[in-house]
Parts: sequence; C-alpha cells; structure tokens
Amino acid sequence: MKSLLSARHLPVLTAAAILVILLAFGSLRFDHFASLSNFSNLLGDYAYIGIAAVGATFVILSGGIDLSVGSIIAFTAVLMADLLSRGVHPLIAAALCLLIGTLLGSLTGFIISIFSLPPFMVTLSAMFAIRAACFLVRDQSASINHPLFTWINQHLELDLGGGAILPLRSLLLIAVIAVGFIIARSTRLGRNIYAIGGHEPSARLMGVNIRATKISTYAISGFCSGLAGLVFTMYKQAGDPTAAIGLELSVIASVAIGGTLLSGGVGSILGTLLGVIILGTIRLLIDFQGNLNSAWTSIATGLLLLLFLCLQKLIMSLSRRRSSPAPAATRPA
Amino acid sequence: MTPSSPRQLPASLWPALGILLLIIVNALFDATTGPGLFAPGSFLNLSFSSGAPAGALIDILNYGATFIILALGMAPVISTRGIDLSVGSIMAISGAVAATMSAAGFHPVASIAAALAISTFCGIWNAILVTVLNLQPFIATLVLMVAGRGIAQLITQSQITTFHDAALEFIGLGRPSFLPLPFPFILATLLFIATALALRKTALGLLLEAVGGNPAAARLAGIRSKLFISGTYVFSGFCAGIAGLIAAANIKAADPFHAGHNLELAAIFAVIVGGTSFAGGRINLLGAAIGALLMQCLITTMYARNIGADVAPLPQALLILIVCIISAPAFRTMLRTRKVPA
Repeated sequence: MKSLLSARHLPVLTAAAILVILLAFGSLRFDHFASLSNFSNLLGDYAYIGIAAVGATFVILSGGIDLSVGSIIAFTAVLMADLLSRGVHPLIAAALCLLIGTLLGSLTGFIISIFSLPPFMVTLSAMFAIRAACFLVRDQSASINHPLFTWINQHLELDLGGGAILPLRSLLLIAVIAVGFIIARSTRLGRNIYAIGGHEPSARLMGVNIRATKISTYAISGFCSGLAGLVFTMYKQAGDPTAAIGLELSVIASVAIGGTLLSGGVGSILGTLLGVIILGTIRLLIDFQGNLNSAWTSIATGLLLLLFLCLQKLIMSLSRRRSSPAPAATRPA
Repeated sequence: MTPSSPRQLPASLWPALGILLLIIVNALFDATTGPGLFAPGSFLNLSFSSGAPAGALIDILNYGATFIILALGMAPVISTRGIDLSVGSIMAISGAVAATMSAAGFHPVASIAAALAISTFCGIWNAILVTVLNLQPFIATLVLMVAGRGIAQLITQSQITTFHDAALEFIGLGRPSFLPLPFPFILATLLFIATALALRKTALGLLLEAVGGNPAAARLAGIRSKLFISGTYVFSGFCAGIAGLIAAANIKAADPFHAGHNLELAAIFAVIVGGTSFAGGRINLLGAAIGALLMQCLITTMYARNIGADVAPLPQALLILIVCIISAPAFRTMLRTRKVPA
C-alpha cells in the first residue's frame, strides 16, 4: 500500500524535479533568471491560465474533460469590453460575466449528464459555438479604458519588496487555489467528485448524486473560466475574440503535469499550481533565450503533456499489476 | 451501404435535404430582395468564363472539395469511436512544407510528395499515441491540433510564404481542359470513389465497422483491431495533407496561422450530420460527402447574407450537438418512457 502511495505521488515528484532542473538550467544560463520579481511576473502572466486550470481540475477529477475553457475566457473578455463600451458599470458587468460563465458551464454539464454523451464531444461543440459567439458580440479586439481598471492595475497590488509585486490577478489566483483546495479536500462535494472519478458505479451505490455532482464540476469550471476571462481583460486591457485560442491544451497540461489522472479520481489542486508554474517557467526560458520562435511554447506544452500522460499510464499499469494478483487480501473483512 | 429497414430513411438524405433547403432559401432571397432568381450574382446563376462554368453552385463544389476530402479521412476514424482534432493543423503543416519547398526552388512533385509524406507521418504519430500509448483519441490529437500549428509556424518562420508554381497552383485553381470543373472537386470525387471501393468492395469496410461496433468482440474474432484503428488515423492525416495542398494552392501561399482554421469542426460536422455515428460501428461515406457540401452551402449562404465566416461554427456546433443528442440512447429511452401513460 505504501509503495502504491508513492507511485501515485510519482507524477508530482517528477514535476517538482523538472521544475528544479528548469530553474537550475535557467539560473546557470541567464543572469537574473531565478529572481523573485521574475516569478511574481510569471504568476501575473499565467494567473488566468491558473484560475481556469483550477476549475478544469475538478472536471478532470470527476472523470470528465472541459475543452471549452479558452472560448469561455474569450467570451467573457469580449462581453466585458462590449458592456463597458455601452456604459455599464464594471462591477455589474463583471457579475454578469461570472454568471454567464457559470451558466455556460452548467449547460454543458447538464447536456453531458442528462443524455450520457461523451464530455469531449459536448465541450468541443461548446468550444466552437462559444468562440463563434464571441464574434457575434464583437468581431474585433476592443480596448478597455475604464478608470476603475486603471485604478485596480495601479493600486490593488501587494508589494513583496525587491521589485516583486503581486497584482490583483495573482492575488485572485491564490484565492481561487485556496478555495479550490478547501472544496476538494474538506467538503462533501469534493469527496463526491473524487468518488465519481475513482469508480462511478461504486459512487452511485454509495448514494452520491452523480448527475448533480457532475453538473457542479462543469459549473465550477465555467465560473473559473469566467473569472479567468475577467482577469484576462484586466491583464490585457482589451477584449479580443481570438484570445486564448488553444488554451485548453495548456490547461489540460497544467492539470496532468500536476499529477491529476485524466481518468479521474486522483489528483490535487496544489499539483495544478505546480503544473502552471512549470509551463510558465518554460515560457520564461523561451523568452529569455530571445531568438526562439514563440511557437516553441505550444510545442513544449504538448510534449510535456505527452510525457506526463505516459507516466500516468506507467503508474496505472504498475498499480494494477500490484493489486490484481491478490484481490482477496485487499478486501476488508 | 448499411442495410436499413424500408421505413427508415437513408441517413444521407438529411444533409441532402439541408442543401436543398439552403438553395431554396437563397433563391427566395435572390428573387425577393436580391438581383433576381437567375440574374448575374445570384445563387443559382451559372455563367461561362473562358469555357468553364462559374457561379455560386460551382464555388460550392470547388471549396466544398476540401471538406469532402477531410470528411473522407474523418469518417473511418469516427466509426472506430475515435476523433481526429488535428486535421486543421496537419493542413497548415502540409501547406507550409509545400510552399517553403516550392519557394526554395524544388520541383513541384518533390514539394507535393514531401508535404503528403509529412502529413502521413503526422497521422502515424496520432496512431501511435492512440494505439500504442492507449491515449484517449481526443487528447492524443489535441496535442497535434495545438502544437501542430506551432510546427507550421516554425516551418515558415511565422510568415505567410508565397509561391509561384503553375503545377502546385493547379491543385487548387486548376480546371482540366477535358472536364471543365474545379480540379479540387475532381480530386475529391476520385478520392471518394477510391475510398468507397476500398470500404465496400473489399472486406475493409466490414472489418472496420466490426472494430468500431465492438472492439473487444472484433479482437476475439481475430481482427487486429489496433492495426485497423491505426490505419484510420494515418489515412486521415494523408487526406488532411491533400486538403492542405488545396488550401495553399487556392491562395498561392501557406498561412500557418489560418490555414485549416476551424476545419476539424467542419470535418466532424460533415461526418456526424452525414449519419456516421460517434458511438462507432457505422460508416456512411456518401452521407459524409453530402454533409461536407452542406457545410460549404452553409458558409456560402452566410457570406451571401453578410455574416462573417467566424460566426459559421456556431450553427455547425449546435447542429452537431443536436444530432448527438438525438442519436444518444439516453434520449431515446427518455422519449420512450414519456410516451408510456403513467
């Protein structure tokens, strides 16, 4: 049992090792690489991916997948820009965006669980439909010049000293991770999500409301994507219908690198944060190198995702081999 | 085609009806608010420019050819319960390879061969991820969908590479003198006939449907399921490569950012609307081809009504979702239980 536990921790340990190697490589090769200010910047740049990834972690833990995150981010960003240009107060607009993100997530979750359709099929359709809906709202990028946004970007930040500043978006990321951690660890919903991802028929026999739990995971993911969209508008000061294309790969990669099994049931929110930081560090290395094409970022993300998926397969087959010869021994008396 | 009871309509009828409906809608618009039913510039107008027919209907055959070719590759994949999300990016890679080689002065045959070889290799890559590493098909092909566009950018160094090569341009813009139809459509028709013959005149189609219908039973019956599943991804990559050549030849350039953009959806749309079930075990090639033409009709109609191409995925995605819901077993049981009086 103990070796099984360590096998389950293998992805997170590998991820941590990769992060250490990346950091060591970066600091040996470039001056000023491993500085606190670099990493506070990284956290700010990747805050929206991190927030979306926390939501996606819940969906993946329950054994589902959400490919619509990037589109919901773009949709809320465009909607925000459009509402502000119509003179709606930013707080009302933000509340509306969060509501719409949550509703879109709930709707996909509803369709998936009511009609027992494959999650990727439904969220893939949602990904394309919502992306197209962005162009209905605004067919071009619109910049945002609201005094509240300027004020937030100038004043709402935490100075860590040494040039390291955590802007509001990083603080939001930390808050979302904290709340996500608590939901996953110590609420009934969290335990139900793990139970469904682990073995759905058993969870049903235990009396878990499968349908409601699944819909909640997609609702959480929709809410997080909506929030990520708001953070994205604050960060870029614009609503762009082509924003965050291909983001679903970064989000799924963050979750998988963080040790969450794509088949569900195993994983953690803190692991996802580790995944986001690794992707950010790779981006930082590519930026520091300077002469590398930015396309390498998506290629590296894809390869890293594959590496960790292979690792997951390996662990699954190892733990299966260990548990299958003696099923009677593990059965409680 | 698959045997069906006399009361059941063939699945390929639905997209055909859709095409008819769109043609009627366009004709009505032309007759009432537009230039007139057959006037120049109207949907049904057919003119002859330098001996070859031209008009909106011919354009649909021309631009729809890309969708047909993608759908021919996608249908076998979906029939084995898989999906290939990477076709759009493989198109971009194929176009980038051909354009870069052509711009560097290679012979067009060499450029085309290299582009198709690399596209086929992309298919092999997907096949390995799905059958050897046992990854879920949508995750395996999502990697190439996102990273593949990066690879295309690396090949053209993030630029739009233009080329001037009569042979290469012919693939997209050509009109053979013996048959004055758009060359892409002729290519798509030939590929359709070849695929249909391979599936229906050999045991290939039967075996594929067996693998898709019940992979475990097929394996027990002695069919090498993994080999067949691999083959579908390789063929899909090859088809995407041809589609990429056509797309590049159409604009005489390779655009790594926009070539094949959203076309994975177009291919899935054509296949699903054409009656190939995502639950596996059934291939409807004719339906997929008609579905591809419906797709192009939809886009042409949207252009005619001044709706941007970026909005086109909205009705497509919703239609895919509706078809999926209607064909879902859960939906059917729901209907059946409703009808029973309580």
